[in-house]
Amino acid sequence: MSYTITLTINRVPRTLELDDPRITLLDLLRERLDLPGTKKGCDRGQCGACTILLDGRRVNACLALALSHDGAEILTIEGLAEGEALHPMQQAFIAHDAFQCGFCTPGQIMSAIGLVGEGQTGADPERVREGMSGNLCRCGAYRGITEAVVEAARAMAADGQGRAA
Amino acid sequence: MTDAPPPPAATRTGMGAALRQDSALQHATGAARFTDDLPEPPGTLHAALALSPVAHGRLAPLDLAPARAVPGVVAVLGPAEVPGRNDISPSGKALEKLFAEGLVEHWGQPLALVVAATRDAALAGAAALRPEIAPLPPILSIEAALETGALLMPPQVIERGGWQAALEAAPLQLAGEFRCGGQEHFYLEGQITLAVPGEDGDITLHASTQHPTEVQHIASRVLGCDYNRVTVQCRRMGGGFGGKESNASWIAAAAALAARATGRPVKLRLSRKADMAATGKRHPFLFRWRAGCDAEGRLLALDATLAADGGHSLDLSAGVIFRAVTHALNAYDVPALRVTGLACKTNTVSNTAFRGFGGPQGALLMEDVLFSMARATGRPVDELRERNFAGGPNGAETPYGQKLEGELIRRVWAEARQGADWERRRAAAEAFNAAHPTLRRGLGGFALAFGISFGIMAMNQAGALVHVYTDGSIRLNHGGTEMGQGLFIKIAQVVAEVFGVEVERIRITATSTAEVPNTAPTAASTGSDLNGWAAHQAAGAIRARMAGIAATAWGVPEEEVIFADGHVSAGNHRMRFGELAQLCWAQRVSLSATGFYRTPDIHWDPVAMRGHPFFYFSYGAALAEVLVDTLTGEYRVLRADLVQDCGRSLNPAIDRGQIEGAFLQGQGWLTCEELWWDADGRLRTLGPSTYKIPGSREMPAEFNLRLLADAPARANTIFRSKAVGEPPLLLATCVWNALRDAVGGARLDLPATPERVLAALRAGGA
Ligand code: FES
Ligand code: FES
Repeated sequence: MSYTITLTINRVPRTLELDDPRITLLDLLRERLDLPGTKKGCDRGQCGACTILLDGRRVNACLALALSHDGAEILTIEGLAEGEALHPMQQAFIAHDAFQCGFCTPGQIMSAIGLVGEGQTGADPERVREGMSGNLCRCGAYRGITEAVVEAARAMAADGQGRAA
Repeated sequence: MTDAPPPPAATRTGMGAALRQDSALQHATGAARFTDDLPEPPGTLHAALALSPVAHGRLAPLDLAPARAVPGVVAVLGPAEVPGRNDISPSGKALEKLFAEGLVEHWGQPLALVVAATRDAALAGAAALRPEIAPLPPILSIEAALETGALLMPPQVIERGGWQAALEAAPLQLAGEFRCGGQEHFYLEGQITLAVPGEDGDITLHASTQHPTEVQHIASRVLGCDYNRVTVQCRRMGGGFGGKESNASWIAAAAALAARATGRPVKLRLSRKADMAATGKRHPFLFRWRAGCDAEGRLLALDATLAADGGHSLDLSAGVIFRAVTHALNAYDVPALRVTGLACKTNTVSNTAFRGFGGPQGALLMEDVLFSMARATGRPVDELRERNFAGGPNGAETPYGQKLEGELIRRVWAEARQGADWERRRAAAEAFNAAHPTLRRGLGGFALAFGISFGIMAMNQAGALVHVYTDGSIRLNHGGTEMGQGLFIKIAQVVAEVFGVEVERIRITATSTAEVPNTAPTAASTGSDLNGWAAHQAAGAIRARMAGIAATAWGVPEEEVIFADGHVSAGNHRMRFGELAQLCWAQRVSLSATGFYRTPDIHWDPVAMRGHPFFYFSYGAALAEVLVDTLTGEYRVLRADLVQDCGRSLNPAIDRGQIEGAFLQGQGWLTCEELWWDADGRLRTLGPSTYKIPGSREMPAEFNLRLLADAPARANTIFRSKAVGEPPLLLATCVWNALRDAVGGARLDLPATPERVLAALRAGGA
C-alpha cells in the first residue's frame, strides 16, 4: 500500500509517494529527498537537531509523521538562503561564532527563526535562552547562539521580517 | 536580507587572527556534510547491533537463525564470523572482544551485528535474537570492586618524602571520602561509520573518529588483513570529546566486518539509545584521603586513593589513571605524600577517554582537602588555597619530578579574583545570606595547572602533507581531526603564516590514513601543538625550496627573500606567490612536502612513576557564584569569571569558544549530568530526557572570560601558543566549590544535583 502526499519543500511543491505510513518528515528529508542539512541527534524529540519550519512553526521533524502533514509548507536549512544572500539568522550565527562542531546548527537556526516568528521574546537574551532551551548544543556554544538570535531578531524586526523566514 | 557580515577586523592571515571556523558558512547553510550525510553508494546496507540484556552472565553460543529469518536481513555476524581476531583492545594489553563470547560483562555489550537492506530490518533482526545467558552476580560499584580486589591493572602509585611519618607528626590530621560520577559524551552526532569495499580486499571507512589510525588498526585486526588495505577518512565530527577515540574504532571495525562479509557498502549508525548503552563514558571515581597540616593550614602530608570505575575492560584506563594521579595535587604543593590510582573492574560499559582524561577527577582531590581543612582550622578556603599553591614559599616540583610555574598560578588566580571583584561580592553574599531565610549565595574559586602531552610518550608525534600548486593555491592535510574545536582553521593559519598568504588560499582537507599515516589521536588537547608544528615543517620545507629559486632568479641571498601579503619579495624584486610556484615548477622543483614533529624533552618512567611527561602546563583560574534555594536544593549559576592561559593564542575567537564550551561541559558533569544504573546493572539514563546535559538556560547568567595576556608559552610550542581543548573544563570545579560554600562546606558528592545539595544542606552543613 502506498500513500500520496503533497508538500511544499523550500518553496518547491512536490508530490511524494510514501510506501510506509510511519515515515517521519526527518527521514523523508534526509533519506529520500537528499536534504541532509536537517540533522538527527536523538530521533526522539529531545534534542532539537532536527528542527524545521512547518507552516511557519518550528517542529521537531523526527516526531512529525509525513503522512499527517499533507499539504504543508516546509522550510529547511537548505531553503533559507536566497542564492548567495544568507538569511539574517544565518549571517548572525556566522558573525557570532554560534557553533563549534556545527551539528546542532541547522536546528538552532531554524528554531531561532521560528522563535522570532512567535514574537514573544523580542531581543531579550534571557527570554531567547528560554525560548531556545529545546535545542541542545553539546559543544556549549550557547553564548554565541544567544547573541546571534538577539542580533538577528533586531535585524529581522527592522527589515519587517518578524514573520518566520 | 542584509549584506554578508564583514570580515573579522584582525589581521587577515596567519597566527593570532580571530578567524572563524573554516566551515562556518557550510554549517550555517546546512551544506557541511557529516558522515551520515554522505551520499550512500548504490546497494548500501544498514547494520544494527544486538546488545546484551544482562550485566553479567555465561553466554551460550548465540543462535543467529532468528535474525537471519527476518525479511530484508542479509547477514548476521557474531564472534564466529570474524575472519581476523575478535579483539578491539586499543592498548593491545588485554583481550577486549568486539562480540561477547562465553561471558557477558555488561548490560549493553555487543553480541552480534545484523546487516539488512534497511535500518528497520536490521533493528528487527537484532531484536529477534534470543541470547541465552545464565546470570552471574554483577559488580556494580567501586566499593564492591575494591572489596573483592577486582582491578583491571596494577595500582599506579606516586610517593614522596616519608609521607607516613609526616602524616603522624602533623599537628592537625584530617580525613575524607567523596565521589564523582561519570559522564556521557553525548556528542550530538552519534557514532557512525560507512564502510565501502573496494577491489581485492581494499576497504574505505568513512568514520566519525578522533583516531583514524586506530580505526585502521582495529578494523585490520578484526578483518585479518594488512593495514594497507584499510583507508580511514574523516572530514569532521559532530562532537567527539574523547568518545570517538576507542569507541569509534570498534564501531568502524564492526561496519568493516559487515562490508567484508556482504561485499557491499554498509552503514552502521548507532541510535542514541544504543550509543549510550554500548559506548564507554567518563570514569566515575571514589576518593579516600588522609592529610596532615599545621595550624595555619599549610599542608604537610597526604595519603590519597583515587579509585576509578574502569568498567568491564581496560580500554584506556591506564592513561586515565596516569592523568588522575599526576593531577591529584593540581596547582598545590604537599611535601610528603602517597597517591594511589586504581582502575576497578565492574560490570558496566568500559569507561574511556573524556575531555580531561582523568585530570578533572584527579584535580577534585585537593578541593575536598582544602574544604575540610577550612572547616578544621576555621580559615577561609581561599586563604588556604593561596597558602598551599606550588612555587613561591612552597616547593614548585610535582611529586613526579616536573616543575610548575608558581608565578603563573598566582597570576591567573589574582587576575581572576580582581576581575571578579571577589572581596566585595563575598561581603555582599554574606549580607544577602544573613537577610534571606531560604536563599543562599555561595562563592567558589578554583585554580588549575594542567599538563599538556600524551601520557604515552610515543603518541606525541604528528605528520602533515602540504602541496603547493602552480596557481599558488595550497592543499593542507595533517593527522589531526576536526570535531568542532577549530583545529583545521588553526593549522591553516600556521601554514598561511609560513607562506605569507591569505588563509583562503589554503584548502583544508579531510583527515585520511592514506595521506598522513601512523598518527596519534586528536586528543589530550595536543591537536594544534603537534599538527601545527608538523604542518609548519612541511610548509617550511617547501618555502625554503621556493626561496632558493627566487634568490637565484633575482641574484640575492636566500635569507633576503620574504614571503608576505601573498607575494614573495627581496629588495626591489617582487612577484606573486603563485608566480613563484609556477617558476619552481618550470625549474623542476618539488612543491610538495611532508612534515613531521615529535614533542621534545618529554620522558616518563612508569615504574618509578617519575619523569618529565608534559611539554608544558596550561594554567587557569575561575570563580563562580551560585544561588541556592535551601528548601528545594535547586540552584542557578549567577556568574562565572574565568582567566585561561592560552600562551600566545593562535586564534582567540576559537579559543574563547573552546573555553566557554569546555566550562559548560565541566559544569554539566559536576551538576546536572547523572548516569543511573538500576540494581541489575541496566543503564536507565539513555537519552536527553533522562540524562540532562546543560542547555541554554544553564549557562552562567553572567559569564566573563579572559585569555591571560602577555604570556607566551615558555616551551617552544607552535608560535608560543598553548593548548586549550581540555583545561577549561576543569575550571568548572569552581561551581562545585560555590555550591559547597552555600551548603556550609559539607560533603557534597558529584554530580551535585539538587537532591544532593538538599541532602548536604539537611546534613547540617549550613
Ligand atoms: S532528532 Fe529530533 S529532536 Fe533530536
Ligand atoms: S555546535 Fe556542536 S552541538 Fe552545537
